[in-house]
Formats: sequence, structure tokens, C-alpha cells
Amino acid sequence: MRQRSLIAITAALAAGALTLTACGSRDDDGGSDSGSGGGGTTVVIGVDAPLTGDLSALGLGIKNSVDLAAKIANKEKTVDGVTFKVESLDDQGQPSVGQQNATKFVANDDVLGVVGPLNSSVGESMQKVFDSAKLVEVSPANTNPALSQGVDWQTKKVRPYKSYFRTATTDAIQGPFAAEYVYKDSKKRKAFIIDDKKTYGAGLAATFTEAFKKLGGQVVGTEHINPDTKDFNAVATKVKNSGADVVYYGGEYPQAGPLSKQIKAAGAKIPLVGGDGIYSADFIKLAGAGGTGDLATSVGAPVEELPSAKEFVANYKTEGYKEAYEAYGGYSYDSAWAIIEAVKKVVEDNDGKLPDDARSKVVDAMQNVSFDGVTGKVSFDEFGDATNKQLTVYAVENGTWGSVKSGTYNG
Amino acid sequence: MNELPQQLVNGLLLGSMYGLIAIGYTMVYGIVQLINFAHGEIFMTGAFGALTVYLYILPDGTSMLIALPLMLIGAMVVSVAVAVGAERFAYRPLRGAPRLAPLITAIGLSLALQQAVWAWYPEAKSARTFPQIDGGPFHIGSVTLQTGDVFLFVAAPLSMAFLGFFVMRTRIGRGMQATAQDRDTAKLMGVNTDRIIVVAFALGAVFAAVGAVANGLKYGQIDFKMGFILGLKAFTAAVLGGIGNIYGAMIGGITLGVAETLATAYIADIPGLDQFGSQSWSDVWAFILLILVLLFRPQGLLGERVADRA
Repeated sequence: MRQRSLIAITAALAAGALTLTACGSRDDDGGSDSGSGGGGTTVVIGVDAPLTGDLSALGLGIKNSVDLAAKIANKEKTVDGVTFKVESLDDQGQPSVGQQNATKFVANDDVLGVVGPLNSSVGESMQKVFDSAKLVEVSPANTNPALSQGVDWQTKKVRPYKSYFRTATTDAIQGPFAAEYVYKDSKKRKAFIIDDKKTYGAGLAATFTEAFKKLGGQVVGTEHINPDTKDFNAVATKVKNSGADVVYYGGEYPQAGPLSKQIKAAGAKIPLVGGDGIYSADFIKLAGAGGTGDLATSVGAPVEELPSAKEFVANYKTEGYKEAYEAYGGYSYDSAWAIIEAVKKVVEDNDGKLPDDARSKVVDAMQNVSFDGVTGKVSFDEFGDATNKQLTVYAVENGTWGSVKSGTYNG
Repeated sequence: MNELPQQLVNGLLLGSMYGLIAIGYTMVYGIVQLINFAHGEIFMTGAFGALTVYLYILPDGTSMLIALPLMLIGAMVVSVAVAVGAERFAYRPLRGAPRLAPLITAIGLSLALQQAVWAWYPEAKSARTFPQIDGGPFHIGSVTLQTGDVFLFVAAPLSMAFLGFFVMRTRIGRGMQATAQDRDTAKLMGVNTDRIIVVAFALGAVFAAVGAVANGLKYGQIDFKMGFILGLKAFTAAVLGGIGNIYGAMIGGITLGVAETLATAYIADIPGLDQFGSQSWSDVWAFILLILVLLFRPQGLLGERVADRA
């Protein structure tokens, strides 16, 4: 008897544990009410981003911005007879989870386009699934050049997947852009390069290193950190003793924040420079007071300063989203809007109805999409990359990111 | 400048952290032969307990001198409550079951605790900042110490001394030794083994709580995932030192921490090994060390008996 009640309790606990885990990932599942305006066809725009875990600040910004785009399209009846719905899945920043999500989107016939993911490594794992289903994918944040230009992008550009597009600028431009700023404007000559060995971080660090050396800078040390830990003291001590006057970090803010803090604590009062992956309010929180003067490059011009973005910022506020739109809000909105425009084109070409092979038609239409979005003119080149190649340098001042310089890199 | 002293101190600090957590693994294993994989999460909830005291119970702007002891108590209360609750509701019902059952339960509990904090603690979906002690850094020769490090340097040996005294000199401590040696015989001799097991879980949680506060002070942030990797490392430290042996846990922790740090700092300087020297490889070197130790001393550095007696 005792034994049986014990089993019951254990079963209950295990069930509880499972439910909790499920809660974690399903919390926001499809939790959008993008206004189900009067009948017609429903088109689902998928969102794949890290909605939980330490990158969730960026991921939730992406999800909310796509949701906003769908709401506005429904309200303004941008596409006659079509109601847009947003379905979001959480990839936890993990390539394997991202791939499962991609399969889920493919299986749902109503999904005609997916916005996401945030991480280049996740994007890598999703591309093939989407491409074989001819489902269009627009990433607001992937910056690794190989995703759209092939692994040999430095020598021979070949587009690997026809269904992959992005509104973000690639690291092929971002790394050199940062190197140019660090060398010419900040006048730093000795860099210590650190990355987290992920697709994004390692790629970005490599493009920075190459450009920095070409300009005449010296690389006094390299390190690869383990993104699972928070203790970088051994690395920080190495940085201090290397005599570097700047640290370049290829990676994301959950590691960059503590890294910056520990480097300064070790006694090296030198700025940490990173890419769009550290351009988050959370970086400043994690880096603490020592983070002042740290730099980040991010894709596009600052959303707040663009006249085209005023409406987006205002609408985002009106909708009352709990989380900020963060670094990729504008790009996510534009990505979603690109899908909406493509669907519109397909529907209009087919006498106001969705054709049977809507997915492949949307892919074709996406190639020719062109409109004025939040971040400027949105259109794609022959590789699916954004034609808008703006970048901005931001610096930490008084506890926020302030924009320092906008421009583009012309190699 | 010679960076060896600084790197040794870095390793010592990291290792003390591992050691404080490892004590919980080793004590529970020594007495019930259970690898309590939820121990990392007991550590994590302790950190959130301390933060709760600071943010929601103490008035704003309380000096850290007053706040710190109270935060420690808060961390201990939460950790001990979670650990004792886990023992009572998750492990005790399975005491007669095959060993794998409580092990799987422990893993499930670990996930459940992580997700519970993620879901219900305010703003815990990303890392939360932990209050810092003002002052510092201190320079001793070529070594730089932060104020948070000083706390760890003081707390870790004190905890160890307290634990040694408790286990060797008190009645309950001797009961623990007896239970570890042979639970059935200890029971026959009048030792309340159920209570001893609860005490072992609670004591482990107390040290995890000290480690949690030290961790928050040292890194300035805590998050719901912090216990997972640290817990695994601490478990490794416990095995390295000889699981079941409380001093072994500390020695194992320090050995592991120093090994990781030195691997990060120096392997790259060895000709031919430059690409194996970065921090991302330090775990590999640490585990090579573990394998070497276990090859020559299967019972761990300080282990007295073979780990698995059954």
C-alpha cells in the first residue's frame, strides 16, 4: 500500500515537472490575437526566435514586432481577403530546436512565410528544411555571410538556398566596419580577439581580425570562451597582461556583459567592442559601471532617429507590448512586412485568391519585393541579402547605448 | 609581468566555489548513495533567496554590511527548504526503489526548479543583477582581488572548518558517519537514520547557499540556469576528490578550478598546442585530469573506500 502511494506521488511530481517544462516553452505559443478580421483566407506568418533563456530579450522583441506588422496589415486590409495570423515558436537559441520548429512550420499549410531566427547557427539548421518545402524565410538578425553567399563567400559567392532572405547586414560588412572605426576613430592599435566559437561569433571575429590587420593593427592575442560559463577571470587576466588597448568580442551579450566586467576588474581599463549581438540593454546591466565606453556595431541606422520609424515606435507603444523591441524590432517588422508584400503580390496576380502553390510563388515574389520600411528601403539582392547596408556604432554612455556614427563599409 | 599568482588566485576562487557546492553532492552520496542532480538548482534557488531578501524585504539602500548576513540567512532558508522538500517528497518515497529511479527524479526535479524560477520569479527570464559590496579592488603584490572574492576567500575555509567540527564532534555528525558506514546497523544502534538523511540534505543546502551568495557577489548577476553547469562541475569535483569524503569535495573543487584556469592560461604557450589552449578547451583538460586521477586512484584523491560498495 505504502509503495503504491509513493508511486502515485512520484508520478504526480514527474507530471508536474513535465507540465512546468512545457509551460516554459509554450508560454507564448501562438499567443497572438492579431485581430481575426472578417473571414477570408488566413495566412500564418511564423516567428522563430529564442523566447526563453538568456537571449529572450532580443527574441521577444522580434516576436512582438512581427505581431505588430500582422495587426497593422489586418487593420489596414493591406491584402484584400487575407487575414494574417502570427504563430511563434521558441528555439531557445539552439540549432536542433530551431530545426524542429522549421519542420513544424512546414507541416502547417497555412504558413506562407517565417520571420527568424535570431542566431546564425540556428538559421543554418533551418535553411534546408525551409528550402525543400519552398517556404520563404526572412531573418531580421542573421549576420553570418555564409548563410546567403555560401561557405566560400570570400572567394566565390554562391547562393545556397533560394528561399532564404534577410533584412540584416552581414558580418562581411559589420566586422570591417567595426575594425575601421576602432582603428581610425578610436585610434586603437593592439586588439585582443575573443569569440564564443558559434557560427555568428567566430565569423564576426574573423572578419574583424582580417580587416583590422589590413589596416595596420596588431592582434596581440586570441581566445575562445566557453559560452556555458560565467567565469572568464582566467581570460581577463590574459587580456590584461597582453597589453592590448581594445578587446573585440564576437558573441552575444549574456557572455559579453560578464566578460567586459571581469576584464575591467582584472585591471585592464580598455573598451570591449562587439557586434549586434551585444547591442542590448541587458549588456549594460550585466557589464555594470565599468561598461561605460564599450562599443557595439549594429545593423542599420538607429531606429529612433529614422523618420520612417516614428510610426513603428508609436504603434509599438500603443499596442502596449511588455518587452522592448530591442535591436531587431525594426528589422523584424520589415521582414514580416516583406512577407505581407509578397503575399499581396501573389494574391493580386491570382485574381484575389491564394494559388495552390502559394509557397513557391511567395518565394519568387519575395525576390522582387521593394517598399519603404521602418529601416529604410527594403529590397533584396541576388543572394537574398538586404540591399540596405547601413551600420551604426553605438557606445555605452550614462547607462544607455548612444549612437556614435552611422555609415557603411565599402571595402 | 608574471601572471601566475593572479591565475592561481583565479583558479583557487573558482575552485572554492566548486568545492562549496560539491560538499552537498558528496554528503548526500555518502549517506544515501544518491547523486542529487537537483543540487545545482538548490544552489540557484539560494541565490534567488538572497536576492529576494535584498530587493523585497530590506528597505532600499540598506548597507551591505547589514544586508549581507540577512541575505545569507535568506539564501540558506530557501535552499534548505527546497532541499528538505525535495528529500521528503521526491527522494524518500523512492528510497527502496532501484537506484535509477531517484536519479531520474533528480534530473526531473532539476528541470522543474529551473523552469519554476524562470516562470514565476519577477524578471528572471534574463539574468538579474545581484547587489555588490562597495570598495576594492585590493592589490596584494601582483594579485588583484575584488570585494566579492574576499567574501569567498573568508567564507569557504570557515564553512569547511564548521563542517569538519560538526561531523567529527557533534552527536548528529557521528550519527551521519555511522549511517554512511552502514545504514541498517546504525538504525539498530538507535540512530534515527531518516533524520540523519534530512540533516545531510539540509547541510549540503547550507553550503550551496553560502556558495550562491558568493557567486552573486563575485559575478554580479544570477540567472535561472546558473546552477546547471556549476552543479555538473561540482559533481565532477566531488568525484575527483573522492565522493563521500567531505574534505575531498573541497580538495577536488580546488584542483578542478586551478586546473581549468591554468589550462586556459598556459596550454596555448606550449608549442604545437596553441589551438587547444583557449577557455573553450579548459573543460577538456580538466576532464583529462579527472580521467587520469580515476585511472590511478579509482576512489578519488581522498576517497577511502571504493565509491560503489553495493
